[in-house]
Amino acid sequence: MSTFDDPFDSKRQLQRGGCSCGHHASEAEHRAALDGDARLSRVIESAIVRALFPNDVTRRDFLGAVGSATAAAAIASILPVGFASEALAQAGPLEKTDLKVGFIPITCATPIIMAHPMGFYAKQKLNVEVVKTAGWAVIRDKTLNKEYDAAHMLSPMPLAITVGAGSNPIPYTMPAVENVNGQAITLAMKHKDKRDPKQWKGFRLAVPFDYSMHNYLLRYYLAEAGLDPDADVQIRAVPPPEMVANLRADNIDGFLAPDPVNQRAVFDGVGFIHMLSKEIWDRHPCCAFAASKAFVTEMPNTYAALLRAIIESTAYASRPENRKEIAEAIAPANYLNQPVTVVEQVLTGTFADGLGQVRRVPDRIDFDPFPWESFAIWILTQMKRWGQVKGDVDYAAVARQVFLATDAAKLMKEAGMTPPAATSKTFAIMGKTFDPADPEGYLASFKIRRA
Amino acid sequence: MARSLTLRASVLSAAILATLLAAWHLATGGSGPVADMDPEYAKLMGQTAVQGTSAMPGPLEVGATLWRHLSDPFYIRGTNDMGIGIQLAHSVARVAAGYLLAVLVAIPAGFLIGMSPLMSRALDPFIQVMKPISPLAWMPLALYTIKDSGLSAIFVIFICSLWPMLINTAFGVASVRREWLNVARTLEVGPLRRAFAVILPAAAPTILTGMRISIGIAWLVIVAAEMLVGGTGIGYFVWNEWNNLSITNVIIAILVIGVVGMVLDQILARVARLVTFPE
Repeated sequence: MSTFDDPFDSKRQLQRGGCSCGHHASEAEHRAALDGDARLSRVIESAIVRALFPNDVTRRDFLGAVGSATAAAAIASILPVGFASEALAQAGPLEKTDLKVGFIPITCATPIIMAHPMGFYAKQKLNVEVVKTAGWAVIRDKTLNKEYDAAHMLSPMPLAITVGAGSNPIPYTMPAVENVNGQAITLAMKHKDKRDPKQWKGFRLAVPFDYSMHNYLLRYYLAEAGLDPDADVQIRAVPPPEMVANLRADNIDGFLAPDPVNQRAVFDGVGFIHMLSKEIWDRHPCCAFAASKAFVTEMPNTYAALLRAIIESTAYASRPENRKEIAEAIAPANYLNQPVTVVEQVLTGTFADGLGQVRRVPDRIDFDPFPWESFAIWILTQMKRWGQVKGDVDYAAVARQVFLATDAAKLMKEAGMTPPAATSKTFAIMGKTFDPADPEGYLASFKIRRA
Repeated sequence: MARSLTLRASVLSAAILATLLAAWHLATGGSGPVADMDPEYAKLMGQTAVQGTSAMPGPLEVGATLWRHLSDPFYIRGTNDMGIGIQLAHSVARVAAGYLLAVLVAIPAGFLIGMSPLMSRALDPFIQVMKPISPLAWMPLALYTIKDSGLSAIFVIFICSLWPMLINTAFGVASVRREWLNVARTLEVGPLRRAFAVILPAAAPTILTGMRISIGIAWLVIVAAEMLVGGTGIGYFVWNEWNNLSITNVIIAILVIGVVGMVLDQILARVARLVTFPE
């Protein structure tokens, strides 16, 4: 269920496609009918209902049994949905209007980038400068330095910063995920017959950063095929822009990378797309919008306005019919600096796979801001699995602290209420179900692991 | 005879350039269209894959792009997209700031070391350890401690241009001819006046050599530093175009970096010529 859907609807389809309320010809039209503030309330309502009923089936049963109007009224009576939405929607005076937000030139950053040329920041009366940054370590340091007020990060990074893996522990928050899916494994053309990962022994593979979904997904995929990612292959951290050049120079055999790098490798005839990351874990999170806890607490109004701009921008990007327009807006030199057709293939999901086929995968990349805490817990299990964090991890506490599953939860706490304990859902990765309630058991179930 | 030598040398230079350009042009010709490609698929692919064009641009393409850059060097189309002239200005300003700071530190410190055998011995181990450190290795430390990427870049320039100047100044000061110092002593010249009137002019050529080495290093380092921190500067330009796999623009950046480096070096060479003296 997507964040922008009506959570009070018992008949809403869990899969995409078609309008959920029945009043509109398509889901796209249905969403277009919601304006900005309604959409914001919708995101918060979604978060709360989801928190109360983490399981889709239970939620349906409940809503079906009592009727959606009753359910909405009942929930509103105990939880201040209106209050939470209003507090996030009504802005006090902005503490600061000139902001700097750092990004890495990849399509994961689409909501952050497009909010600039398409005026989502300006609508919130923010003068945001989006600054292209050379690499993840630099973006981390510049954000820690407070040169950037907020930044585009890989979703494991705020967790790593908070627990102090690879940097000093500094409380960090991740109020929104930017994209789900949107990554791929690309291999050099010479490996076009080696489609089974069991044949990949000795490969040199690249990921953008050690603390990245790419690293964890690639390791997961290899380990499922029986390869030990630390012993049987070499995994290197290579900045995305250098990946295609390295692949061309035969310095690496392939990579699990963010787009447009994969499509660019195909575009230049250097590699082919072996598989999309959605085939490993459908709707996995990837990149995130992150800010230091200090920014959130010291400038709550500015933070709320910025988050509102990002959520609206994400909502706009989540509609397939807008994707072409977005591709044209973010492809120029000031942003991604890529040919428009490459960005368009990534965003529309109609793309050349490098082996002579045109594939059509509309959800190759999608945009959904909801930071599920169970995502964070899964990432933490993988950090532990590969030895990036040692000792005991209080999974739920770190997840809750970093992934601000809803700002509603925070606002509710301020109002003296007890927010829902967790906003988690279970999901399956390559057919194996992950239960966020038992991370240690999940971790122990893997044969190949360091911890 | 001298004139004809110059003439012959320039003719030869031109011939070498022409041969290189011709070879370059021929080498990047490409292999012609790749057969059997679904038109829908071909539309989604780049020129390299469809036409078999070489990923390496030819000299004509580079020339055209260079002209485009030079005819509009100062545009600003946003934070991340500025003309090559503005990028160069950013780089030169950073180099100038770091380099001048280094001059302010290295020359007095060099004098101290050169004039005092005690200080020379005491500081020698530090200098020997610090000198070979790659300036870029300082970058993470600088970013962490200075907490400002612009200042960090300047710091890196400072730290790398410091050592050649320091060592050359110390060497120049220490090897001023004994006779001149003795003459100064017999005339009862004070230490300050001795430093400025005797040692400085005598050591100036060696100091200038150190400064010339330093400016070369500073210019080498700024490109790498800017590729690392990004934002502005010619190094960022290279990184941004690498990101776009635009070899054409990278070649142009290489040419521009070379020309600017040469200009900086020539300026100091001129200054060095002013202070040299016949013995």
